[in-house]
Amino acid sequence: MPVLARWIEAAGIPTVVVTMMPAVAEERRAPRIVGVEFPFGHAFGMPHDRAMQRRVLELALRVLAGAAAFGTRVDLDIQWPVPLREAYKAWQPGVPSPIVRKMLEARQSQS
Amino acid sequence: MIAQHLGHLRNHRDHVTNRVISQCHTFHVIVDSYRFLPRSFRPLYEGRGPFPGEEGPVWAPFEKRLSESRIALLTSAGLYLKGSQQSFDVEREKVHEEWGDPTWRAIPSAARPDEIAVAHLHINDEDLLADSEIAVPMHLLTELASEGVVGGSVADNVSVMGYQDRSLRDWRDTTAPAIVAHLREHGADALVLAPA
Repeated sequence: MPVLARWIEAAGIPTVVVTMMPAVAEERRAPRIVGVEFPFGHAFGMPHDRAMQRRVLELALRVLAGAAAFGTRVDLDIQWPVPLREAYKAWQPGVPSPIVRKMLEARQSQS
Repeated sequence: MIAQHLGHLRNHRDHVTNRVISQCHTFHVIVDSYRFLPRSFRPLYEGRGPFPGEEGPVWAPFEKRLSESRIALLTSAGLYLKGSQQSFDVEREKVHEEWGDPTWRAIPSAARPDEIAVAHLHINDEDLLADSEIAVPMHLLTELASEGVVGGSVADNVSVMGYQDRSLRDWRDTTAPAIVAHLREHGADALVLAPA
């Protein structure tokens, strides 16, 4: 995703990446980054929580329009309102993805 | 007493270090980037650096006022319109585990929640189906446009399926240029991207 932002930015369209892995977006050299400490699949927050979604989008727009230089990262100060163990389980698919299944099988055959 | 003095110096140095960080345009780091990631996946992401050829800065200045700008959204959650669009090809991924569908879909801002489906094997789609605004806040953006916070929103936002890291060739050669052409055609001044 950060690299897609780079290609679109290089074509002349300013971009901001809203991501739960801002350190990775920095490493991959995204031009503007907003970090959110939310589970995967929830870049803009909790379902139906319009106030939380608005805080994320408004920060993204501020960074998009206001960042002065390449590599600007601003983190949003909102804690995920669901206990970690529950949230960690909840975002993951019921059936492991094909690549995860393959990794698990490889690990099992090694042990 | 000396220890106290050294402690004071150390604190002072920490303060200076933080100022240096802020000069690199990173503000106070709050987010733990690996909080929700299984520990065994962390080495796949951390410390990998930029992709080859993608080391340098790229920068398109944001030149207009936000209130005069048309904004577009892009999600990598694999959203598509179930009535009129083909799903991202998850069947092929089930057979070729390292392959992810590199195509893209245009998602109209006016799409109803019950028109939207999700094709992404790496996340639980329950919350996305309950409220797709958590991935692509199209209705919220329309609302901000009606309030004058932004100048407007595009009629069609963009959806991709984000499992691509193993081969970026199709995204780079085909998908990215097509998305750029789409954004230009729709008069987008800037893009907010959100990975799933």
